[in-house]
Amino acid sequence: MPSLIDLRRRIRSVKNTQQITKAMKMVAAAKLRRAQERVIASRPFSKNYEKVLASVVGASSGEEGAASHPLLAVRTEKRVQVIVLTSDRGLAGAFNSNILKGAQAFLAEKPGTQVQVEAVGRKARDFFRRRNITLSGEHIGVFDKSLFADAARIAAAAAAERYSNEEVDAVYLVYNEFKSVMSQRLTVKQVLPVPLPEGQASSYIFEQSPAELLAKLLPDYVSIMVYSAILESAAAEHAARMVAMDAASTNASKVIDQLTLYLNRVRQASITREIIEVVSGAAALE
Amino acid sequence: MSTFELEIATPERLLVKESATEAQIPGASGELGVLPGHAMLLSSLGAGVLTYKAGGTNHSLAVSGGVVEIQQDVVRVLAMVAEKPSEIDAKRAREAEKRASDRLATIKDNIDSARAFNALKRAQARLAIASPDQQH
Repeated sequence: MPSLIDLRRRIRSVKNTQQITKAMKMVAAAKLRRAQERVIASRPFSKNYEKVLASVVGASSGEEGAASHPLLAVRTEKRVQVIVLTSDRGLAGAFNSNILKGAQAFLAEKPGTQVQVEAVGRKARDFFRRRNITLSGEHIGVFDKSLFADAARIAAAAAAERYSNEEVDAVYLVYNEFKSVMSQRLTVKQVLPVPLPEGQASSYIFEQSPAELLAKLLPDYVSIMVYSAILESAAAEHAARMVAMDAASTNASKVIDQLTLYLNRVRQASITREIIEVVSGAAALE
Repeated sequence: MSTFELEIATPERLLVKESATEAQIPGASGELGVLPGHAMLLSSLGAGVLTYKAGGTNHSLAVSGGVVEIQQDVVRVLAMVAEKPSEIDAKRAREAEKRASDRLATIKDNIDSARAFNALKRAQARLAIASPDQQH
């Protein structure tokens, strides 16, 4: 039977843990709200950008030189670039392990191709480093601020440059999409060659020729895809952490209840024993 | 007075959404003056100062990169970067201007000079609208 002191110590330690998980849950909830606001704030831009792109694609489809843009060139996939987005911090439930498992499954699906991995987030970097997979690049600390400039840098250096120099034949993003607070969806998205939206007929006057405009729009479109993946992943991360910390706090309450019950039983047992000792001692004197 | 709906958005946020009576937009192939009822038009955006008049007052923003979409009564500016005067760090912009003009003076390479030229234009646009109390 454990001593009362040990039990009390144990309860105190669980309580401390619970305080931490509760605090983390609150922080995650606040950060989630901010991340969601960012997602919503970026929507007017990305939605309209896609619409404009669709009009340009529609108008340029007949023109020569439009389909031959280097970012649209489809090649057989011999060398593939994968950009994996995880979080920088742990304690977010299965958030990171789902992504990394998904990324590995994706790599396994492509036997015979040379795969380059680019890590966004500390967890991805550590994971691939432990497995001695050389990274073509690592980006840490992009989720806190979620700046478009970071996304543009990743897209420009990692994707567009390597792709147009034909160092890689396709570029994929692997990230968690924010579906709801309770669930994230593992998403693998092709960014290069650029998946164009369906062309739409339009009656715009074009200041530049549609092909020229398309050439201006495409590199930024790649950055926008990377940026929205970063925003989604940040929101999903905080949602996952909030849920995980909520579960941890509930579990801690349960453990505390059980331990308190046990503590009281032990305490009563020892009181009973003492009474018996006193009574039987007195009885022996009679 | 007739107006049109002006929307200015960057990937990070929606900056402006209000009815305006006129706008001057720095297109990649020259300034675009927009009044209500403008013909539908698509153009890419250069680096420069965008000004518009809404509710009788003039506003200006420093923008660079992106695309402009003009419809009958909606003007959408999808800029990669757009800043209000209050957000501009005049000191940094001045340093950037100096750096860009120095680089422009020394390099001969076409691609690099185009890049430096763009950087210079961006810095100048920022400086042009930076609030006066920051000018020194």
